[in-house]
Amino acid sequence: MTTTIDTDAPETRAPSATLAVLKRAGVVGALVAAAVAVALVQSGSGIVVWQSVVTGLLTGGLYGLIAMGLTLIFGVLDIVNFAHGAMLAVAMFISFGVVAVTGLHPYLTMLITVPALFLVGVLVHRGLLSGSGGATLENQLLITLGLSLLLENGLLLFFGAEPKNVGLPGETHLDVFGAVVAGSRLYAFLGAMALGLLLYWMLQHTRLGTAIRAVASNSAGAELVGINVRRIHTLTFAIGAACAGAAAALAVPLLSVTPTLGEQFNITAFVVVVLGGMGNVVGALVGGLLIGLVEQLTTIYLDGQSSLLGVFVVFVLVLFLRPQGLFGRRT
Amino acid sequence: MTDTAVESRRETRSAGPAAPPLRPQNRQFAVLAVLVLLAIPLPLILPAAQGAVAVRILIFLIMAVGWNIMSGFGGMFSFGHAAYFGLGAYTSAYLLVEHGVSPWVGMAAGMVVAAAVAMVIGYFSFRYELKGAYFALATFAFAEMLRLITTSSDAVNGAVGYQVPLIQGSSLGQMQFPAGSPAYFWIALVLAGGAVALSILFRHSAAGRYVVAIRDDELAAASVGAPVMRHKLLTVALSGAITAVAGAFYTQYYLFIDPQLAFGSSVSIEAIVTAVIGGIGTIWGPVVGAVIVGSLSDVTATLLATPPEFLSFLQGRSGLDVILYAVMLILIVRLMPKGIFGTLAEKFSERRRR
Amino acid sequence: MSVLELSGVDKSFRGLRALSDVDMAVSEGEIVGVIGPNGAGKTTLFNVICGALKPDAGSVRFAGEDVTGHKPEKIARSGMVRTFQLMRPFATMSVAENVSLAAQHHTRGAERLRGHAVEIVERVGLREWAYRPATELPTAGLKRLELARALAARPRVLLLDEVLAGLLPAEREPVLDLLAELREQDGTTLVFIEHIMAAVMRLSDRVLVLDQGAVLATGTPDEVTADPRVIEAYLGEEPTTHADA
Ligand SMILES: Nc1ncnc2c1ncn2[C@@H]1O[C@H](COP(=O)(O)OP(=O)(O)O)[C@@H](O)[C@H]1O
Ligand SMILES: [Mg+2]
Repeated sequence: MTTTIDTDAPETRAPSATLAVLKRAGVVGALVAAAVAVALVQSGSGIVVWQSVVTGLLTGGLYGLIAMGLTLIFGVLDIVNFAHGAMLAVAMFISFGVVAVTGLHPYLTMLITVPALFLVGVLVHRGLLSGSGGATLENQLLITLGLSLLLENGLLLFFGAEPKNVGLPGETHLDVFGAVVAGSRLYAFLGAMALGLLLYWMLQHTRLGTAIRAVASNSAGAELVGINVRRIHTLTFAIGAACAGAAAALAVPLLSVTPTLGEQFNITAFVVVVLGGMGNVVGALVGGLLIGLVEQLTTIYLDGQSSLLGVFVVFVLVLFLRPQGLFGRRT
Repeated sequence: MTDTAVESRRETRSAGPAAPPLRPQNRQFAVLAVLVLLAIPLPLILPAAQGAVAVRILIFLIMAVGWNIMSGFGGMFSFGHAAYFGLGAYTSAYLLVEHGVSPWVGMAAGMVVAAAVAMVIGYFSFRYELKGAYFALATFAFAEMLRLITTSSDAVNGAVGYQVPLIQGSSLGQMQFPAGSPAYFWIALVLAGGAVALSILFRHSAAGRYVVAIRDDELAAASVGAPVMRHKLLTVALSGAITAVAGAFYTQYYLFIDPQLAFGSSVSIEAIVTAVIGGIGTIWGPVVGAVIVGSLSDVTATLLATPPEFLSFLQGRSGLDVILYAVMLILIVRLMPKGIFGTLAEKFSERRRR
Repeated sequence: MSVLELSGVDKSFRGLRALSDVDMAVSEGEIVGVIGPNGAGKTTLFNVICGALKPDAGSVRFAGEDVTGHKPEKIARSGMVRTFQLMRPFATMSVAENVSLAAQHHTRGAERLRGHAVEIVERVGLREWAYRPATELPTAGLKRLELARALAARPRVLLLDEVLAGLLPAEREPVLDLLAELREQDGTTLVFIEHIMAAVMRLSDRVLVLDQGAVLATGTPDEVTADPRVIEAYLGEEPTTHADA
């Protein structure tokens, strides 16, 4: 698979390519507008749709952050990490545990979940995925599948299935032009956006980021100029896992913490990754927002259906019609 | 050793390894017949609880055989075999509950439906050249879509699912017997034996050889005349149909089905793990895997019901069986990627060749 | 009449013109050598002929029928079979199984199929290897397997992509004899890409020279090697030394 992290500096891109991306963004924007319009007709209530749009976008930011980790790993290592959702669940339990034991503010648990998941990422890559045993695509799928079963059921075994909740101290509800938004949802969104931009900046403007992009686009060449490819792979996997750690701390006041909560996020994150183009970090962020919207709008379109159904329909369409993602170029 | 023996051995060496049997399937059918014969008295010997485990092993076996045909022989890694299991289960349950159709007919109908759906999903996936991870994700998405659709469709009882109506006494036509009856095991044995026999037949047929060649190298296979699309579709259809049998039988045996049990991702995972642990792409791998995976949850359930002192905090918890097979899955993929049977078979044939 | 005929074939890869306006006609029973520097588009030409790639423009006719854009298996079954320069054995099969697979579409029955395969395996000199895994073959053996597999498919037109590369000079002789015999006995039409000029000179009735995707010259071996443009194209690159790559 010849996917690269599609974050080349703009000047390396031919003007026609930039134009193409803009055009596609226009098409996506038009589709979104049409979808919202149909929702308006269907529900007949502006406020309902507006509430959905706001909730969808805010939730989508979080999806974007989770998916960024996944897409980064895919873009650089060509590994589809089926354990990403389970790692998120582990981080949530860490966050929950720290809050329960120390009474720390949930958002501050990020100081623990991020390094913890970074470490998990290092261990998983070095211990399970590098070397010949993790060479083929099937093996990687199977190993990360096994890992996700292991983590999920480990949590189940030790903590049981009862959902656990973490409240946000001083939780408020805000009014955004008529839509009611929980403070925790808004903060999670803002945090996700900030972290996403931080990750993007890191990839573009630091030595490590440059090395990661070099390995992503041509690992043999990177090796030649003295980059330690295995080390970059491990670091990338760890950073990807750390994204899940950060997302966990942001999301913990929003969700009930259960051992299997990763499953649903995993699915959604895959959809986002494919939508944004596998390996495309910015695409993941945009894809996250779109999927957040799709989820909310589905509940308007198909009354009573699970919001996931719409997500899957979009997923299958994208897989078949634009497997390179909304913003990628066909290879 | 006599001189002639030395001589003849030298000769075969200089001429390379001797020709393998012309019809390797004959030996495999013989082994299968022996295994089935040995298994027949099991339900009469085993205590009731173990009898249930034996039936579960056979269900796993059918699922793993189905998955193995598509993903082992065919190399098309499916993450969504729950779709076919569920279609088998739901088709037979629906026909039985809503229309009083015999579960045998329902099973056959389920096979047809699953094969058709597999071909449709397959056609689009191959047409749009989904490969590797993309293919796996697409199959997964279809299974999940079926789960979500059944969950919210009143026509098939939504999230509640179907309860198989109980009858008085036993009836082979209705595939229903008193709880713990050995008949369930025997039916499952016939179905599982049939599934294995079918996979042997398929593997050694002209179509099966094309399928393996296409897995090894699609363009090379096409370039010597292997009809690629047709054989891929045939493979997914056969795989789906066999998996549907497991689903239909499951419903009759446990007398109950719901969207999660039928289409949940754990069904797909069970099929994968069983085949991989035993040996992907081999005839006997699913058998070995099914025995291990199928009995594991019984062992752990006993362990967790009355745990030893140092594990007492785990009493009544669940998840241990999955943890064990997850660990086994990871270890096997890392250390013996051909699975337990595949690795042993390779060791054995290497020794014989020396 | 030509059994194989290309007209105006174009093929580009992302702006790189791999074939441009290629015309070519091969008569039944003819042996045509295709030469040209590395990257000239020779392999791409085979890919287009055999349906592995669709041309951007132009047509491929085989036995009077337009086969442009047909699927590779259809073209192979109709009698036009190719080998791969970078060998592509079926990795999980033995040598004999590799070969018998290619015969499957015209021969039924395990016995006849194996007999057929063994015969061809012996014909290319791989007898000792027949029942070993194909992946154990050394490079030269894999080249022969490519040839054996293509033969097993009963080609009317056989397209060979550098089957001599990687063979020792002593190993080339029997293969060349075999190719000559194919034409004499079976009437097979041969199109072969080759860097080894001695082989091209000896075997070909006609030579086609590709350079940067375009047909530079066609003619008898002597005509072509005397053509100044051909010498120019090969300037600084002695064709006979390029045994591999
Ligand atoms: N599948 C492909 N994708 C992109 N470029 C290709 C592909 N196949 C061939 N090329 C390019 O087309 C040109 C011709 O290649 P090829 O036909 O293999 O040359 P030859 O066989 O004469 O050495 C080369 O520049 C090669 O890099
Ligand atoms: Mg070439």
